[in-house]
Amino acid sequence: MTAPRMLFFILATLAIASSLAVIAQRSVVRSAMALVATLFLIAVLFLALEAPMVAFLQILVYAGAIMVLFLFVIMLLHPGASEGRRPLWWGLGSLTALLLALELITFISRSSPPTVQQRSTAGGSFGSPEMLARSLFTDFVLPFEVASVLLLVALIGVVVLAKREVH
Amino acid sequence: MAISIEPLSLLRLIPLFPLLMAAGNIFLGAWWGKKRSGLLACAAVTLSFLLSLWVWWHLPAAGAFRDHLFTWIESGTFKAAVSLQVDPLAAVMLFIITGVGLLIHIYSLGYMGHDEGMVRYFAYLNLFVFFMLLLVMADNLLLLFVGWEGVGLCSYLLIGFWYQDHTNTIAGNKAFIVNRIGDFGFLLGILLLFWELGAQGVWTLDFADLKQSAHLISPQKVTLITLLLFAGAAGKSAQIPLYVWLPDAMQGPTPVSALIHAATMVTAGVYMIARLHFLFSLAPLTLKVIAAIGALTAFFAATMALAQNDIKRVLAYSTVSQLGYMFLALGVGAFSAAIFHLFTHAFFKAGLFLSAGSVIHALGGEQDMRKMGGLRPYLPTTYLTYLASALALSGAPLTAGFFSKDQILGQAFASPSGSFWLWSLAWVTAGLTAFYMFRQFFMVFHGDSRVEQRLKAHIHEAPAVMTMPLMVLALGSIFAGWLGAPEFLWGSLWDHWLQPFFGGPEGIPHGDLSQEILLMLLALASAGVGFFLAYLFYGRSGKIPDASWAGGGLYRWLLNRYYVDELYDRVLVRPLTSGAGWCAQIFDLGFIDGVVNGLAHRIREASLFWRRLQSGNVQHYLLGFLAGTLIILAYYLGR
Amino acid sequence: MAPLHDYLFLSAIIFAIGVTGVIIRRNLIVILMSIELMLNAVNLTLIAFSRSLGAIEGQVIVVFVMTVAAAEAVVGLAIIISIFRHRQTLDPQEMQMLKW
Repeated sequence: MTAPRMLFFILATLAIASSLAVIAQRSVVRSAMALVATLFLIAVLFLALEAPMVAFLQILVYAGAIMVLFLFVIMLLHPGASEGRRPLWWGLGSLTALLLALELITFISRSSPPTVQQRSTAGGSFGSPEMLARSLFTDFVLPFEVASVLLLVALIGVVVLAKREVH
Repeated sequence: MAISIEPLSLLRLIPLFPLLMAAGNIFLGAWWGKKRSGLLACAAVTLSFLLSLWVWWHLPAAGAFRDHLFTWIESGTFKAAVSLQVDPLAAVMLFIITGVGLLIHIYSLGYMGHDEGMVRYFAYLNLFVFFMLLLVMADNLLLLFVGWEGVGLCSYLLIGFWYQDHTNTIAGNKAFIVNRIGDFGFLLGILLLFWELGAQGVWTLDFADLKQSAHLISPQKVTLITLLLFAGAAGKSAQIPLYVWLPDAMQGPTPVSALIHAATMVTAGVYMIARLHFLFSLAPLTLKVIAAIGALTAFFAATMALAQNDIKRVLAYSTVSQLGYMFLALGVGAFSAAIFHLFTHAFFKAGLFLSAGSVIHALGGEQDMRKMGGLRPYLPTTYLTYLASALALSGAPLTAGFFSKDQILGQAFASPSGSFWLWSLAWVTAGLTAFYMFRQFFMVFHGDSRVEQRLKAHIHEAPAVMTMPLMVLALGSIFAGWLGAPEFLWGSLWDHWLQPFFGGPEGIPHGDLSQEILLMLLALASAGVGFFLAYLFYGRSGKIPDASWAGGGLYRWLLNRYYVDELYDRVLVRPLTSGAGWCAQIFDLGFIDGVVNGLAHRIREASLFWRRLQSGNVQHYLLGFLAGTLIILAYYLGR
Repeated sequence: MAPLHDYLFLSAIIFAIGVTGVIIRRNLIVILMSIELMLNAVNLTLIAFSRSLGAIEGQVIVVFVMTVAAAEAVVGLAIIISIFRHRQTLDPQEMQMLKW
């Protein structure tokens, strides 16, 4: 057990714990906070996976913007009622998801690791903004433009959807 | 001997006029009004009658006429056409149907004049004439059968004409159903004939071709075929055991009884056997059966007529009895004599029925003879026509009935297939006939009046439109028979006319002259005794005798017609009805519906169970997705 | 660095947890959050493979995933607001108009 691996295990355990907290908490606000924690932990894992740019994007966009939005809506609506206990349904759902996890794990464990390819070193170290940008603006320029249109559409859509009815 | 045949396309007009007028009355009758529809109906039959006369006049020169309209069925080498043919036999029938039919149409103008359904009546009557003409003019067995069924239909419609009364519709049903039983045999006979000839390579049902090829069929098969055909004739012509519908058919209007159940439809059976005489001649056993049944029917029906109290019932049983005579004649091979009696019978029976109608009309609907009597002064014309027809029926000297019945009696005794017993039955029946006829005559017209007070004031002779036809028929009753006198008087024009058709020496064999005269005298004696007895019991005193003459029990048996209807009901009708009821209630409703409904029920239950999957809850659906995904993954894991 | 398999296992587990949340919870917002959880698990898989294969494309895809996730979360929340305005509830069990 090397140090990096042990670090991984710690992070992984924490991530799983906070994910469980997301789905298991009674209070919505606490769920939201647990989700923020999970996102942070995953960002750290991204860092460990030589994806610094993406890690920061995760924190800025996901944890920063999206979760804030979630909290805004939670506060706006403040739903009060808590759900009843439904052990049968909970048991059934959890069981099925557990089966899913097991099947996936089985799949993964049976497969052989992919061959490591030669890394291109053009444009900075792996995972750096330069490399990312280079790929984004050359190979993926069309999806990039489409994504911007998508955001525009989402923006307009949301404004229309959330508007109060004008009588 | 083959008859030469000439084409004549105006033959089709003869049945066409009544058909058109029937259709006209059905569709336009309401607009035409009662009077006009009646007159138009009579006009149509008049045209047919005139055309028939023209055809009859030109027939001897031509031999026979044919009118081919179109080919109806064509299958392989078999062809059946809608094609009309008039030969000497058909000409006789045409004359009766259109002639007597016309007289009855005219009579109906008066008799049905106040009836609401007069338009419908004339439509049905014309339709009947059409089908009857089709029947006699058909040149093949299939077309004849079409006409056969058609007249049965019209008979049903006309018997149940006053349908608001349930008894009338029941009588109509009875007629049609009993007829159907006979028709079943008839159809089997036709099919068997077709099949047997086909086995010999001859596929046809045309009369001309049948005549050529009839000898090809084996004797046993011929016997079977002819017996089946006779079953049909027995149904249509009311012989034992299928006669029960005819008395009930009296529920219909009296002119209908005259036309359909005396002069024309009931004679269709006799006609059919005459037309197929070559076939029946090949089956001596069948002929014996026909003669026996004819004689028995004649006798039994006459006994039942003795005790009836309804004026039309007596005439109905009389018709059955006279039809028995005709079949007796056919059975002993005297085909020409049978048709001759058919001819004369049309006159005097129609005359009797229409006279009875006149009486009923005068009494405002009363039909029970025990409530009549002493009507002579009120109805002088009807009295005379009735007397003429009654004398003819009883076989009084020189009347039509005398000659025709005499021929039959003579043949029954003398013909090679005749016998003493057949003759004696017919001879006794002649006496009975005279008795019941004059019993009726005296009960209605002579003696003290037993008419109800309220009706007495309105008794009036019938209008001219009714009495004219009566007088024509009365004259016919007397003189029509002169066509067929025996040799020693002035010879028979009748047999001469029909000889081309029946061929051979089937006319009156010139037997022993003294035997002929003896038989004639015996027949007269029998009729005379009958008349005398009737006069004794009913004519001399003014009153009708106590109803228990000849022993109470016998009287009751006769009055209730030997309880035959009750027997049929117990043995046939009830088991069939309850069987049908079982099928309908238990088998159909219970079992079959149960299975079908039950199946639908189970499916519905299953569907109600399974539709709970559609809970509307998205999370349930997601779980379903997940489960499916797991199964697919598991499959790939397993490989 | 941990071997690839470890990251993949973790990703599978987090994904399964997200699925559980979507199926079990009766609050629309929590369901949406669980969906975000699933998306993150997938992102983790992509980044892990990107590192393992030495291809930057994995990370580029993750950027796009995040963009779309943002758009989707936003629209989803707007819908939730709309629903809440009409029905005063965020319980998916109350929204069964697809029921038979």
